[in-house]
Amino acid sequence: MDGINAKYVSKKISKTRWRPVSSSSLQQPDIFATGSWDNEDNSISIWSIGENGVSSMDDEFEGDPQLLCEYKHNGDVLDLQFLDQDRIVTASSTGAVTIFRHHHNSQTLSVSQLWERAHHYPCNNAPCTGVVCNSPEIVTVGEDGRIMLFRADQEGVLRTIEMADSSAIHAVTFLRTTEILTVNSIGQLKLWDFRQPGNEPSQILSLTGDRVPLHCVDRHPNQQHIVATGGQDGMLCIWDVRQGNMPISLMEAHTSEMWEVHFHPSNPGHLFSCSEDGSLLHWETSSNTDTPSLQGNRIKLLIISRSAIAPAGGNQSLINAWLTGDSSKGHLETTHMLPSQMLSVNSLDVLGQCLVCGTDGEAIYVNRYVPI
Amino acid sequence: KHLGFVWGPGDILVYETIYKASGGCPFVHEVRKDEDIYSPILRKLFNESHHIFVGLQRIREDLPSKNKKPQFVSISKNYRSVIRACMEELQQVAGIPSLSTLKGFISMMSHLSLWCKQNFNIFCTLFVVCDPLAGSLVLHLLDWVRLHKADVDEKAREVLASESPAEHQAYWDVPGETQTLTEFDVKWRHWREEVDHCLQDQSFASNRHLEDICKILVGDEDVLLEYKELLSTWYHFLVTRLLFSHPTVKPTELHYYAQSSMHMFLDTRSVPEPLDSILLAAFEFDIHQVIKDCSIALNNWWFVGHLTDLLDHCKLLQSHNLHFGSNLREFLLLEYASGLFTHHSLWQLAVDYFDHCPEFGRVYLELQIERVPLDTERKALKVIRICEQRQMTEQVRSICKIMAKKALRNNRLGSALSWSIRAKDAAFATLISERFLQDYCAKGTFSDLDLIDNLGPAMLLSDRLTFLGKYREFHRLYGEKRFSDAAKLLLSLMTAKIAPHSFWMTLLTDALPLLEQKEVIFSADQTHELMFCLEELTSGKSVPTPDRPMQVLGYTPPYPLSNVCFPFNLLIHCFIICSNLYSCLARG
Repeated sequence: MDGINAKYVSKKISKTRWRPVSSSSLQQPDIFATGSWDNEDNSISIWSIGENGVSSMDDEFEGDPQLLCEYKHNGDVLDLQFLDQDRIVTASSTGAVTIFRHHHNSQTLSVSQLWERAHHYPCNNAPCTGVVCNSPEIVTVGEDGRIMLFRADQEGVLRTIEMADSSAIHAVTFLRTTEILTVNSIGQLKLWDFRQPGNEPSQILSLTGDRVPLHCVDRHPNQQHIVATGGQDGMLCIWDVRQGNMPISLMEAHTSEMWEVHFHPSNPGHLFSCSEDGSLLHWETSSNTDTPSLQGNRIKLLIISRSAIAPAGGNQSLINAWLTGDSSKGHLETTHMLPSQMLSVNSLDVLGQCLVCGTDGEAIYVNRYVPI
Repeated sequence: KHLGFVWGPGDILVYETIYKASGGCPFVHEVRKDEDIYSPILRKLFNESHHIFVGLQRIREDLPSKNKKPQFVSISKNYRSVIRACMEELQQVAGIPSLSTLKGFISMMSHLSLWCKQNFNIFCTLFVVCDPLAGSLVLHLLDWVRLHKADVDEKAREVLASESPAEHQAYWDVPGETQTLTEFDVKWRHWREEVDHCLQDQSFASNRHLEDICKILVGDEDVLLEYKELLSTWYHFLVTRLLFSHPTVKPTELHYYAQSSMHMFLDTRSVPEPLDSILLAAFEFDIHQVIKDCSIALNNWWFVGHLTDLLDHCKLLQSHNLHFGSNLREFLLLEYASGLFTHHSLWQLAVDYFDHCPEFGRVYLELQIERVPLDTERKALKVIRICEQRQMTEQVRSICKIMAKKALRNNRLGSALSWSIRAKDAAFATLISERFLQDYCAKGTFSDLDLIDNLGPAMLLSDRLTFLGKYREFHRLYGEKRFSDAAKLLLSLMTAKIAPHSFWMTLLTDALPLLEQKEVIFSADQTHELMFCLEELTSGKSVPTPDRPMQVLGYTPPYPLSNVCFPFNLLIHCFIICSNLYSCLARG
C-alpha cells in the first residue's frame, strides 16, 4: 500500500528540500536536505531514502530515511535551497547566508562560503527569511526589508536594494532570470527588475480587501506570469502578474498560516501546500468539468506510521476552479496527505513522484508514490 | 563559603557567596533536574507519545465501552511499541565505542527505558488487557515474559522440541476462545498425571536433563530454582511456576503467588529494588500504590502521566480530589507538561497536554506561553496562533505589542503596523501613525510610501491611521494636479474631525498654495469653512455655525505652539482667505 512513513528526528524541521536530479535522467530523487529550528543546536542534515523500486510489504521501515551527514548551523534555518548537486544555501535567523558543500565521497558537509551580516538592523542582526538561487546567483531577503544579491564563489555583495520594504519580506522567487517577486508581512507582492537601477519595485500587487501577511510564493513552472501565494489566513491565491491588482482566484485552503506552496515542477496541474494547522494538501486540476461530484468521492488517505492512529480520510472538492493560465475552466480537487492531529507542517518539497515534508512534531514524512 | 539558590520553572540557579559586597564568585550555575528531556533519543519518545496521547483524548466519550476497549488496547500497544523502539535505539547507541564517555549515561537511560517498558507492559497487561473474570491471565503473563526474554523462549523451544511429541501435543493445546476454563483444567490435570507417571516410572532416569525437564513440567519448584540464571528475575520465576503448577490462576490469587515467588527466588541478603515493590503492588491491582511508587522512583513525569491518563480513560482510576483541587490524572499531566515547557523546543507538545487538563490547564498555559522567547517573527506567529485558537486575547495582545515595539525600535514601521493590525491594537496603530507624521514634519516627505499608499481597510483601525492615509492621498492628488479633489479632501479632513488639532496648522499651510492658484479652487462655501477652521484653531472654541460673522483676529491663542511665526502666518492666512473670498464673490 502506498503510504507515508514518519521518521522522528529529535529536532523541529523548518525546511526540507530534494536534491535536484538531472532533467535528462528519469530517476526519482533519493537525497534530501533538512534544516532545523528552535533548537539550542540547530543543524542541516542530508538524508537518503535508498533504493527505489524494491517494495517488500512486510518491512514497513523500508525506505526509512537514513542520515548521511549533519552539520551545525548557527541560528534557525529559515530557508534552504540547493544551489547545485553539491552545494546548499541556507538563510539563518542570525541574518547570515551560508553555502555548505556536500562531499559525496566522505559523506561530510563543510562550510564553503559565509556572508555573516547579510541582513541586519542598525544595531543588531535581522533574520534572513528567504533565499532563492539561479546558479551562480543567489538572492536573499530578510526581516530588515532588504534584498541582497550575491554570487557564489565571489566574496562581497553584488547588489543591495536598501529599504525595499518597510515591513518584513517573507519569501522570494524568480520570475525571470532578471526579475524576482517578493511577498511581505503587509500582504503585498512586489516585482523587482535587476536591470533597473534604484530601489523601487517595478510593480506592487495586493488584495483590495483585508491585507494579510503573505508567507510563501511559487511561480508556475511553465508560465512565468502565474504565481501562487499563501498567507496568514491560509487562503491560496493564484495571480497573473500581468493583469494588475486582482488575483485570478482565491481559495480557502487551510485554517491557519500556509507556510509553503509548490507547483509540481514537471506536472503543474498539481499544487501542494502545507500549513500551521498540520495539514498538507495536494491540489489537482482536472479538465473534466461534467462530473465534479464523482471526482469528489475519491478518498485518498494513506499513512503508515509506527504509532499513528489511522484517521478518517478527507477529501474536499472546491467551489472555484483553478485556472491554469490557459483559461480552461477545470474542476479542482484536494486531498489531505497526512494523518490528522499533527503539529504544524513547516515545509514540503516535491520532485517526480516523491514528496518530503517536515513538521514541528520533530518528524519527517516521505511519500514515494505521489499520484501525479 | 555558602551556596545560594533560587527555584526556576524546571531548574535551580545556584551561586557561591561569601556574604560580602565584593570578592565573590561571578558565576551563576544552572542545575537542571530533568536531563531526560535533553536526550535526543528520548525526544523521539516524547514526540511519538504525544501523538498517541492526543489520539487517545479524541476517542469519543459517547461510544459504548465494548467499542472503546479495543481502541484502548491498541493505544496501549502503540505506547509499548514506541517505548520498545526507544529502548532498542538506546541499546544500539550504548554499543558504539566512540560514545564510551556517555556510556554511563546511556546505560542508565537503557535501564530506565527497559524498566519503563516492562512496567508499561505489565500494567497494561494487568489493567487494560485482562478481563478479570476470564482465565487467560497466565497466557497474558506469558506474553509479557516472552517479550522480554525472547532468547530464553528460543532455547526452551529448542530443548522441548526434542521431547517426545505425544506429551507436548496435549500440553500446547492451550485454552482458546472455544474452550471453557473447566475443560482446560480437566485436560491439564490429565496431562499432568501422565507426566508424573512417567517420572515415577523412571522413564527418563537415564538422562538427567530430560528428567529435570519433566520435573519442571510438573512444577517442581526446587528444580526450577536450580535454573535461576536462566530465569534471571523473580517474576519470570513466578510466571514459570504458574504456567506449570497453576495455569488457571485467577487474578485475585496472583499476589499471593507473587509474594511467595519473590521470597523463594531472592536471597535473604538481597534488598528488593523499587521495581520489585512496584510489581508487587501491580500484582495486587493496587493502581494508586503503583503510581505513587513510580512517581518517587522516576525523575520524569512522562511515565506516570501517560499511564495514569490511559488508566483514567479505561475508567480504572477512581478519581478522588487532591487537596489542591484537580484529580490525580490532571495533576500528573500538569507536572509533565510544565516540565516540557521549560524545554526550548518541546514546549509545543506541552500545549496539547494543557488543553486536556480541564480544570487548570488553561491557567497554566496562559502563564507559561508568555515566557516563550521570541527570537524570530516566525516563532512569534506560531505562539500567537496557539493563543488565538484558544481565545487568549490578552496574550495575543501582549505578544503583538512586544513584537511591534521591537520593530519600532529598529525603525521598521511597516512591520510594527502589521503587528498592531494583528492584535487589533488601535492605540499602537495611533502611535505608529504619529511616528510617520513626525517624520513628515521633520523631513518634509513621507517615508515608507509603499506602506502608506497601500493601507487598504487597515486604515480604519485607528483615527490617526485613517488621517495618515487620507493625508497622503491629498499629497498624491496634489501631485497629480487634481486640485479640486485635493482641496475637497483637505477640507474634509478638518471638518470631519479626522485630522488632529495639532496638525491643522500644517493643513492650513498646505491649503495656501491651493488658495494662491490663479484659478479659484475653493468655492465660497469652502472658503468660509476654511476660515472657520482657522478661527477654531486660534480660539479653541467649538465648531462655529455657518452664519457667524468673521471675527478680527488680534490676540494670541490660548495654547502654546512651537511655530514661532504663528501670529504672522495667521495674518497671511487671513489675508489670503479674504482675497480668495473676494475673488469668489466677485465672480458670483
